[in-house]
This record gives sequence, C-alpha cells and structure tokens, in this order.
Amino acid sequence: MQRSWAWRLSVTDLYLWAFRIVVLAVVIWGTIGTVAARRYGGEVWIDFLVFGMSQGSIYALIALGYTMVYGILRMINFAHGEVFMSGAYTAYFVAAAFGRSGYLDRNPVVSLLAVLAVAMATSTLIALLLERVAYRPLRQSPRLVPLIAAIGASFFLQYTFRGFFGSGFQAYPETQVLKGTWAIAGVNILRTQAVVLVAAVLMMAGLYAFVMRTKTGTAMRAVSEDKEAAALMGIDVDRSIVIAFAVGASMAGAAGFLYAIVFKQVHFFMGFVPGIKAFTAAVLGGIGNIPGAMLGGLFLGIFESVGPILFLEGLGIVAPYQLKDVIAFTMLVMVLIFRPSGILGERLMAKKA
Amino acid sequence: MKRSRIPIALVLALMLAGGQYFVPAAPAATVGPVTDPVGVVRIAKGAPLTIAYWMVVAGPDASLGTDTKRGVEIAIADKGGKLLGHPIRLIGEDTGCNAEGGVTAATKLSANKAIVAAVGSNCSSEAVPGAPILWKAGIVTVSPSNTAPKLTAPDRGPTYDGYLRTAHNDKVQGRVAAEFVYKSLKLRKAATIHDGSPYAEGLAGVFTETFRKLGGTVTAQEAISPTDTDMRPMLTKIAAGRPDMIYYPIFIAAGGHITRQVKEVSGLANAKLMGADGMFSPDFMKAAGEAAVGMYHSSPDLSPEALGPAYKVFLDKHQKRYGEKPLAPFHPHAYDAANMIFAAITKVAKKDAAGNTYIGRKALRDALFATKNFKGLTGTLTCDRFGDCADPKIAIYQTLSADPAKWDPGKNPKKVYP
Repeated sequence: MQRSWAWRLSVTDLYLWAFRIVVLAVVIWGTIGTVAARRYGGEVWIDFLVFGMSQGSIYALIALGYTMVYGILRMINFAHGEVFMSGAYTAYFVAAAFGRSGYLDRNPVVSLLAVLAVAMATSTLIALLLERVAYRPLRQSPRLVPLIAAIGASFFLQYTFRGFFGSGFQAYPETQVLKGTWAIAGVNILRTQAVVLVAAVLMMAGLYAFVMRTKTGTAMRAVSEDKEAAALMGIDVDRSIVIAFAVGASMAGAAGFLYAIVFKQVHFFMGFVPGIKAFTAAVLGGIGNIPGAMLGGLFLGIFESVGPILFLEGLGIVAPYQLKDVIAFTMLVMVLIFRPSGILGERLMAKKA
Repeated sequence: MKRSRIPIALVLALMLAGGQYFVPAAPAATVGPVTDPVGVVRIAKGAPLTIAYWMVVAGPDASLGTDTKRGVEIAIADKGGKLLGHPIRLIGEDTGCNAEGGVTAATKLSANKAIVAAVGSNCSSEAVPGAPILWKAGIVTVSPSNTAPKLTAPDRGPTYDGYLRTAHNDKVQGRVAAEFVYKSLKLRKAATIHDGSPYAEGLAGVFTETFRKLGGTVTAQEAISPTDTDMRPMLTKIAAGRPDMIYYPIFIAAGGHITRQVKEVSGLANAKLMGADGMFSPDFMKAAGEAAVGMYHSSPDLSPEALGPAYKVFLDKHQKRYGEKPLAPFHPHAYDAANMIFAAITKVAKKDAAGNTYIGRKALRDALFATKNFKGLTGTLTCDRFGDCADPKIAIYQTLSADPAKWDPGKNPKKVYP
C-alpha cells in the first residue's frame, strides 16, 4: 500500500529540507540587500564576472587533471597542485631568461608560446615520472595506499623545489604587450585576463575534442568505464593511463603559465591552495567528468569573485572578502549534501551502472 | 560506494593543515641561596648561560628573523661572549610567522629547563599563543619586533606576565601613518585592508581611529586572507567608495599582489598606496615590481639623526661580521632586548661559594619590568606595567626605485616624514 508522502518523509529529510530553506533564504536575503543598496553599477558587476571567470578558468584547467586521473584510476592525485607549481616555476625560468635578453618584448607572441610549451612539457614530464615511480607499483594495492603515496609525492616535490630554488618567491617578468586593457564589446578587459580566458577555452575545447573524437580518447574512455573489459578488447590499459596523466599534467602546466602571467609571484608552496580549490571544482562539477571539471572551475571562480559581495555584503557583514574561502567551501558542502555526484556527475553514474 | 573516497580525502587535507597544542607546567622551587615562586635556574661553574631566540629564520619572511637574530649575536659578541663568568650560549627555534609556528617553537623551548630568558618572537601572530606557553614554563621573553597593540594592552591577562617588547606599539605607528596621510599628504578619504593577523588588524584599527578623529573619512575597512592572490574583486569593491589612499599594513606576498593589482582596477588609478614595516624589505620590491614606485611605508626611523652615533658603530660591526646591510628594520631592537636581559640577569643573579650561579625566574621578570632609563640603540627605554619598553621613533618612507639592488633605507626608500 502506498502511504502518503508525509509518512515517507524521515527526520533526516526534514532536517535537510530545513537546511536547504535556511541557506536559500540567507542567499536571497543577502542578494536583495546588496541589489537594493545600489552601490555598484552594471560595469562593476561585469568586472566582477570577468575577474571570476579568469580565476575560474585557471581552476578549471587544474581540475581537469584531477578529474581525468580520477575518471580512469579512481584515485585522487594530490600531487597535482605541485605539477601545476612546477609548470609555473619553469615558466618563470624561461620567461626570466627571455626577459634578460630582451627577446620577451621584441617578439612577445613567439616567446610567450615558447614559455607555454616548455611549462607544459615540464609538468607532463614530472607527472609521467610520478606515475611511473610512485603510482604504477601501487596500482593493485587498496585505494588508500596510492592516495597516501600522492600526498607524500606532493611534499617531496614541494621540498625538492624549495631545496633547489630557495624558500623565497620569484617575480615573473612583466610583458609590455600584456599591460593595460583591451576594449572588447564595449567592456574594458585586462589584457592578461583576456589572454587567460581565450587560452583556457581553446585548450579545454582541444582536450574535449581529443577525448571525444580521437581513437586514443575513445580508448581512454573505455578504460575509465571498465579496465578489464577494455584490456580484453585489445586496448593497452597502461598506455591509456599514461596518456591521461600526461594530458592532465599538460593542462596543469598551462595553468601554471597563465597563473604566472596574471599573478607574477612564483614560489615552492604556490600549488597548495590552487590545488585544493581545483580539487573542490572537480568535485563540484562531478569528479571523473571532463565538462564537469570545466564547469566546476568556472563556477567556483565566479562565486569567489561575486559571492562575497552579492550574498554577504547585503547581510551587513563587514570585510566580506575575508570570507571568500568560506563561500567556496560552503558551496562544496552544499553540493556534497544535496548532489553527492556533483553538478554533472549523475549522467556519468547512470551510464556506468 | 565509490564516492566515499572524497570525504576521506577532504579529512586528510584538513588534518594536514591543522596543528597540535601541548602546554607544560613549571615548578616553584628553592635552589641554593635563591627562593623563587616561579622557579630557579642553576648554572654550574663554567657551564654556559643559555639564552633562546624564537624568530622567523626560514621561509618567505626569513629576512625579518635573520635580521633580529644578528642583533642578538652582536649584543653577545659585545659582551665578549660571557656573562657573570659563564659563556653565553644562544639556541633557538624557527617560528614561521604564524600562530602554529609560534606554538611549536614556544613548546619546544619551554621543555628546556636551562633557558634563562628568550628573545622573540617576530610576528605578533606567533607571540599571541606562544608567549603564555613560555611564561607557563617560567621563561620571560622580550620581543624585538612584535607591534600589535593587544600584546601589551591593559586587559592582556596574567598569562602574558612574562612578555615585554622593545619594538614600538602600533598605537604609535598607526597614529603617525594617519597623521602623515591627513596632514602632510592632505588626503581626506582612505580605505584600509588587513589580513586577519593581530599585527595588521591592530594597525588598520589604530589608523582608522586616528584618521577619523582628525576629520578624515574611512570609505572601506576590508580584509583578505594572507594566501589570497586575486585581489581585484576586493579592490573593485573598495573603488566604489572612491578613496584617495589605500592603507594595507600586511605582509610581503599578499601586499605585493595588492600593489600590482591596484592600478588595474578602474577607479583606483590615482589612489596613493601605503604599507607598514611588515613590507619594508627589498623582497617586497621584488614582489610588487614597478608598481611599488611612489608607494609609502611607515617603519622605525633608523636615520643617523634619530639614533645617534652608537648606531653607526653597530652598523660597522654588522658589515664586518655579515658582509651586508641589515635585511629588515628591527636589528637595533633585538640588540637592545638582549642587552636589557643581560642587565637584568646581572642584577638578580646570586653566586654561591663554589662559583655556581642561581637566577630566580620571577625576580628576573620583575627586574626586566623595572627597566628604567636604559640607554639602548633605539633610544632611552623604560618599561611600563604591561611590558611596553620602546622609545618609539617612526618615519614615513617613499619608494623611488623598485630595484631590490638599490635598497638603501633613508635614500631609497626615501625618508619623507617627519
């Protein structure tokens, strides 16, 4: 016999509904408060959005690496933040050398592309070494083992860089062409941020095409769905895994380069916070899902930029930007409670079932 | 079940970020000729007299700690390395410029019963949890560079009874900064940014209070966290209030990001910038690049007209010993802190017939707090009831060149006030 819906509702459900309503009420109340105060014009909101999108696209590029490795190995590569850091460090060394010889300003396009290529190559190399040395021998062990190995690898890389290049930071050189703003569709956008956005979108489109359209990409997807069956079909599983690591790491290397041209400070510990944020973005979008990581990254960046002012200032909270990380991680908690598989995660689960 | 790995990973990440607390207790005692309610240090004839430092000697802020440690080393060398016939031994711990580092260093030092007194810490965030741990073990500490007002506030509580400082109180630095902005630059609208550390929050608070009292308007009091990199959204919010001046007394990494990003935010192109002594270092020039040119800093006044000829002699010793200019502004404060401690030890130490030395911990603490008209490098020091001993002299500097190689405080950054 079907009972009425009220009977089927458990205490936990009631609690979760109440939680949902409270959070939603706080968000709506804050938003109304901020909008009603009319402190900020339309252009300012566009600025907030653009700042958020450029930060978010860097998160998205890093998140791709987490998600691809998770998708194929069901393992979280905690050393991925350090792969990103190694890309940024390499970008600094190459750019500083170009800067000293004056080549950076004489031939900016070629030199920036060269810096990008070297950064991507270094990150890829480091990730491949990690895979070979730290992860492959542990592939048959319980899942917690490679996770701990990843954390160890993360410390190893951090302190190796600290040992070689010192605990201070390095200043990435300024490129003259990237100074100032471009007017795009009537909006003034910082040149660095325009470059970051375009580069990130191009790279993500390329990656998506690679995974969906090419033979190698298809093989990777097959391995991620079922390793044994894929092996029986004649797919080289090890090769697919190595390619997933390499592609994810090259994205992190590119993110390191973009981070360096936007923020200009490079140091051995710089991978930690962006790594955690990108991991959050990957979970947000649905870990294991490539469009999900892109969406999650952009989402997180925009929320960090717009959130404090839209939700918190309207509530009368002073200095809302101190609570930027609170917004980011509250979002993660909300997603984990109400949609544990992430924004785009469901589709993937359904397909695998 | 596959999803259950994600919470585990998150918990692991949180555990990595956390720290642990452990606080030991000190016994009261009578040893030899000395009775002391807190404890007595006995130094056998010929054994070393141990002084500890707890300073930032590694990591991004290492210039601050290395600088003050050298001040202490020169003070020891000036005594010929000996006090009351005992060789002086200097031991120490790194503090990392954060609360966790302060706790770890203080806990380690407090386990060492041979330590007579300590010099440190550098960052106020280390001293807030660290100083009570040391005093619980009976170790009195004199800080050469903590400046947060709350460390010597009347309501600081008995756990800070063993804490003094030779650095200025930021009540002075914040006031001088606000007066400079209002009276010399004649600006009326300012915004402040702090990073949640006791140092920055205290300084921004004093600045706001003084600036308002003078008749100025504070358009925004913002805050960030020290690991933030994208300051543009926060700066866009500040721009809505159209300030003439942005005051951000924070540390090098975040301060560098703000300095670089301010000019990129529409509405702030003409805003003047000002920081404080936490960023007064050649490393900051590297972090901020060309954007630092024209920026103001408040910092201890180390010019010859403020400190007199003794400081020149000190600088010569420094150059001879380390082969370079001082790295940060607090080395004379450290030199004075060490000498204050030596004077107090000399005053309270008792010897027995066999030549052993006994130092009462409470007596040493009282002697330090009783320091009066002590002639040091930074001026004439007199300690008040709450541990403020400084003879504060604050100057405002303006950066003319962002090249770290051209760092020479007084000329570049140029002293512009008073």
